[in-house]
Amino acid sequence: MTLVETTAVEPAPAQKPQGYWAGVGARLVRDPLTMICAGVVLALILAAVFAPWLGLADPYKGSMIARLKPIGTTGHLLGTDEQGRDMFARLIYGGRLTLFIGLMPVVLAFFIGSALGIVAGFVGGLTNTIIMRTVDVFFAFPSVLLAIAISGALGAGIVNSLVSLTIVFIPPITRVAEAVTSGVRALDYIDAARATGASALTVIRVHVIGNVLSPIFVYATSLTSVCMILAAGLSFLGIGVRPPEPEWGLMLNTLRSAIYINPWLSALPGMMIFVTSLCLNLLSDGLRSAMNVRD
Amino acid sequence: MLSYLIRRLILVLPVAFGVSVICFLLVQIAPGDPLTAIMPVDATAEEQAAMRAAYGLDKPLPVQYAIWIGNLAQGNMGKSIATGRPVAGEVFGAVQNSLLLAVSAAIIAFPIGTFLGFLAGYSRDSWIDRAVTALSITGVSVPNYWLGIVLVIIFSVNLGWLPSMGAGPGGSQSWAWDWLHLRHLILPAVTLAVVPIGIVARTVRALAGDILTMDFVQALYAKGMSRADVLRHVARNAAATALSVMGLQLGYLLGGSILIETVFNWPGSGFLLSNAIFQRDLPLLQGTILVLAMFFVAMNLIVDVAQAAIDPRIQRT
Repeated sequence: MTLVETTAVEPAPAQKPQGYWAGVGARLVRDPLTMICAGVVLALILAAVFAPWLGLADPYKGSMIARLKPIGTTGHLLGTDEQGRDMFARLIYGGRLTLFIGLMPVVLAFFIGSALGIVAGFVGGLTNTIIMRTVDVFFAFPSVLLAIAISGALGAGIVNSLVSLTIVFIPPITRVAEAVTSGVRALDYIDAARATGASALTVIRVHVIGNVLSPIFVYATSLTSVCMILAAGLSFLGIGVRPPEPEWGLMLNTLRSAIYINPWLSALPGMMIFVTSLCLNLLSDGLRSAMNVRD
Repeated sequence: MLSYLIRRLILVLPVAFGVSVICFLLVQIAPGDPLTAIMPVDATAEEQAAMRAAYGLDKPLPVQYAIWIGNLAQGNMGKSIATGRPVAGEVFGAVQNSLLLAVSAAIIAFPIGTFLGFLAGYSRDSWIDRAVTALSITGVSVPNYWLGIVLVIIFSVNLGWLPSMGAGPGGSQSWAWDWLHLRHLILPAVTLAVVPIGIVARTVRALAGDILTMDFVQALYAKGMSRADVLRHVARNAAATALSVMGLQLGYLLGGSILIETVFNWPGSGFLLSNAIFQRDLPLLQGTILVLAMFFVAMNLIVDVAQAAIDPRIQRT
């Protein structure tokens, strides 16, 4: 073996050293489970976005005589709901609101929470105390309870759901951002940068953000699955999306009345929530190991 | 230990204060004038002003908060707008039912989760480990309100084994300790147990895996200790963290049972909360949230103190 190896050595071709993101990409591509999950999530998002051009039935058009048709009915691949509307079309269209309300709050909370956490971690002192003690208060609420409390007080509606879920996810992201930033701030290169006379803003912009963003990002992706479940849960309770909009949680709620007539049909919207949330979780796990983030 | 307890108790005060402020503000962010629900449509401006004064709504917010917290300290959480009954009584009755459900779910989830996690951590990278990991990621990904519906479809609709609604025969809203009522507890408790099984299994797996690679384990084996005795040492090292995760999960179970209670018509705090939301009964909403959040704060405190009592290293940090 040694002989083969020594003879096989050739001058290595001049290679550009692989960057961090290229490495992450290469590791992701070699991870089949993560790629499958990424594919499923991407397919759901694309189907939802391009739903009007997919030649689906009208998701709002009901029919009194074609109510609760079973899965596999001709003309209605996945049957019809309690108002005779095509289930397949409603499930695809349902992805629009469900995915939007399920993912957007984490995106918003990522920006707001990162900003708060980086400021708290970098500035320290009183600023840190004020921000982090406020965050602690929000941790006194289980996330489901907080989401329902705020949505319940504000009332149903898409914007209200977005607001309440964003508020739910800002505190955990802020806490992680603060912890990571405090760790980075103690490193020598920050002192070095300051010694050269760089302003606090420059140090944050040039030296801190690049080093803290990927752990915060990975943490944020791990919240998307919970956010999806909560967003659909709010609609399920009747304090999220209003009828007749197609939304998976709301559909699950309205189809509960059909549970004795056509049970598996009524479980379909929940199946969509489950598959999406599972894929988001696995995708986040894959990202975490590809990006070498330890928790 | 005592100084740790005192320090920890002092830390709770600002959090409890913050929680009460948030609960107070919940009513303030609600759209619409709280008076419109109780005032006749043709009330004059003077009548409205008189009513506003009677309810203390004309005072600045901090004063309103002080009055509210003062009443709260005397156990007065206001009256429900829908029923006119004191909020405190309604909330505590419902919380008892929720607690029953949460504790039942915990009794199912914690031993199963611990066992699975320990098994997986002990046999890292085996098929058992992979199966448990797959199970726990499924457990934390499943929307439990949907799982509840699926269990109803299987065990109530198709098999007809278990009831799906209420806490007693005929969907009754009151609880009693007999088999007729216990049957009603099974499906919601199992549904609620799935998420904590996943979380506890994942935590214990990581803990057991880490501790088993530590040097002291090798040392114990080297001195000839039996496997069972070594595992006892491992379990003791994992206990503090595992217990704290379980304590928090119990808190989450109580606060998170709202959706499950809706699915199963369980007469708990979640049921009360959804009634409060749909009848725009803000005092009831506020009271329920406050009690559940305070319970969670207390749970956090108990967990921290218990953890410090088990693991003396924590008191020093």
